Amino acid sequence: MASETQTIDREQVAELSATRATGLRALLPKRLYAHALLWVACLIIGFPLFYALLVSTQTNSNVYAYQFTPGTAFADNWAKVMVERSIWRYMVNSIFISIAVTVGKTVLSLLAGMAFVYFRFPGKWIVFGFVLITLMMPTEILVIALFRFVNDLNWGNSYYALIVPFLASATGSFLFRQHFANIPAELSESAQLDGATPLVFLWKVLVPMSWNTIGALAVIQFVYVWNMYLWPALVIQGQDRQVVQVGLRTLIGGDASLSFGPLMLGAVAASIPPLIVFILLQKQFMSGFALTRDK
Amino acid sequence: MDSSVPLLISVVTGAIGAALIAYAFSRAHGNVLIGGAIGAIAGAAAPLIFMLPLNYCTFEAERESIDVAFGLLLIGIALIAVIVPVRWISMRLLGHQSVIARQIVPGAFKGKWTPWLLLAPTLAILVLFLYYPSLDTFRLSTLLARLGARRTAFVCVDNFTRLAQDSGYLNIIGITFFISIAIVVIGLALSLAIANLAYLPIKGASIYRTLLIWPYAISPAVAGIIFLLLFNPTGGLINYVLNGLFGIKIGWLNDPAAAPWAVIMASVWKSLGYNILFYIAGLQNVPKDLLEAAAIDGANAWQRFRRIVIPLLSPITFFLIITNMTYAFFETFGTIDYLTGGGPVNATTTMMYNIYEVGIVNNDLGKGAAQSILLFAMVIGLTVLQFRTTGERVTYGA
Repeated sequence: MASETQTIDREQVAELSATRATGLRALLPKRLYAHALLWVACLIIGFPLFYALLVSTQTNSNVYAYQFTPGTAFADNWAKVMVERSIWRYMVNSIFISIAVTVGKTVLSLLAGMAFVYFRFPGKWIVFGFVLITLMMPTEILVIALFRFVNDLNWGNSYYALIVPFLASATGSFLFRQHFANIPAELSESAQLDGATPLVFLWKVLVPMSWNTIGALAVIQFVYVWNMYLWPALVIQGQDRQVVQVGLRTLIGGDASLSFGPLMLGAVAASIPPLIVFILLQKQFMSGFALTRDK
Repeated sequence: MDSSVPLLISVVTGAIGAALIAYAFSRAHGNVLIGGAIGAIAGAAAPLIFMLPLNYCTFEAERESIDVAFGLLLIGIALIAVIVPVRWISMRLLGHQSVIARQIVPGAFKGKWTPWLLLAPTLAILVLFLYYPSLDTFRLSTLLARLGARRTAFVCVDNFTRLAQDSGYLNIIGITFFISIAIVVIGLALSLAIANLAYLPIKGASIYRTLLIWPYAISPAVAGIIFLLLFNPTGGLINYVLNGLFGIKIGWLNDPAAAPWAVIMASVWKSLGYNILFYIAGLQNVPKDLLEAAAIDGANAWQRFRRIVIPLLSPITFFLIITNMTYAFFETFGTIDYLTGGGPVNATTTMMYNIYEVGIVNNDLGKGAAQSILLFAMVIGLTVLQFRTTGERVTYGA
């Protein structure tokens, strides 16, 4: 009886989807409409960066004349940005700090996630709450007290101030905890039978199974650190260790008038590394987000 | 100060606590006397959270009435912060439920100290660089302190209560909410509309998604720089287009009425990718059969969107409202600093920007810390609101 109703249901569904398919074919122009609208949306969203790229080849007089073809000042702008103002130096600093924090955060979050899923210890939920509640404490709010503390540690104007405070991650610990909790317990049981230590199990079994989560977290953290602005502006003086987001300021100050070409070249250059990371890890980023959705 | 003030306060809060917990016990058929005793102790102790560090200074005779009111507000907050968890724990104990959920850990490793070793780096950093500065922010907020100067002076709650009398600061709160709400409303409406097109399984969907989501990787500071060019009053493209179409030129960066909109548009652009990403994920979760059933029942596309899709997306919308609000509160700092520098005449000075100006530029750490705590309270309020609303919402389907 049950199987009968099921077959009937299936037939009905097949019928329905058949009518839907012909319906959609009939509605082909509607899809074109969607394509057209999406194109417009992509163009509008892409336009500011595209225009910045265009202006990075131009002089101010090109800009004020609203010239929409590439100018000839790219070499001059490049010389001003990279040679005269050494924006490359800030970019190297930013790359170093972003990679250091991303790697450190991933490792610490993996360890914390492991402790929460594969161990029994008193007060686990309190410790988990203690970690999770830090999601509500944005660094920006603590910036004044943190600034004082970091100065007391004599970390002012050092890479330590840009890296160490950001190494722990509630988001990361939480993501890995969720991910590990969905991995069958048989794996760790058989690993223990084989005499694997927790770290060996983490490295040989869990990490290879977690690349999507690691990739998603890496994008979030890299972009977060790369985009930091207020904190490095406070703790770093001078250009040796400054990050690029703050370093771009040197393209505004100092001149009698603002020249847009170098400024836009700097802005575009400062956006390339996070965009590369985003595009390379896009698949992991998107599927990682799909995983975090609560069900 | 009258020395009986601390006693009086604790007697009152103890009585309130005793009444609340005793009532909860009587409803749960517990022993009312024990409940009353627990409540009395918890209630009497609660005011100490704030009043021990402040030494009851808000109730000194020479204090203004606003300081007294603020002191009472603090006591109320402390009472809620203590009574709610005490009630929760005692209710669970009454129901013979364990307060700490029993741990069934299949496949657990052995080792008493290993989990603590694994957690040690994370916990150490959170304590040193998040918890300690948080507590220190509270301490600083009661001080007149400058960076580099060792001497500090205790000023009670002046850093808070002076804010309420400062019309300039009320204006800053207004600007913050105006900019934040505009970013949330415009950003979510646009991204929902775009996601509604982009989630369809059409040809090249993944390319469209990449081309829509990438601004996620752009920094707020770079958004500020690019829009500095676009909104430039003389050479900017936006005024060029507006002038060509309508013959108007707007002083985006020097007109106090227009400048907030420059910040809003730059921020909406920058956060659009993130919002579209979440809405696409949410739309893919909407059960197709529900939409088909509605279509068979004669609902048109708009009705289906309005009555089915939007309610089903409500958890994601609430999540995005909170994340966009926090974005607008904090991350817009970089955009504002490059685009308008908080001007003209403070028209784009948000609460976060003001913390920077007061606490760092003017080196008045106490005032900056007090404003941080106010902002902190708003973030916590929003987060609690999020948990309550998304917790109560019914999600249909899978």
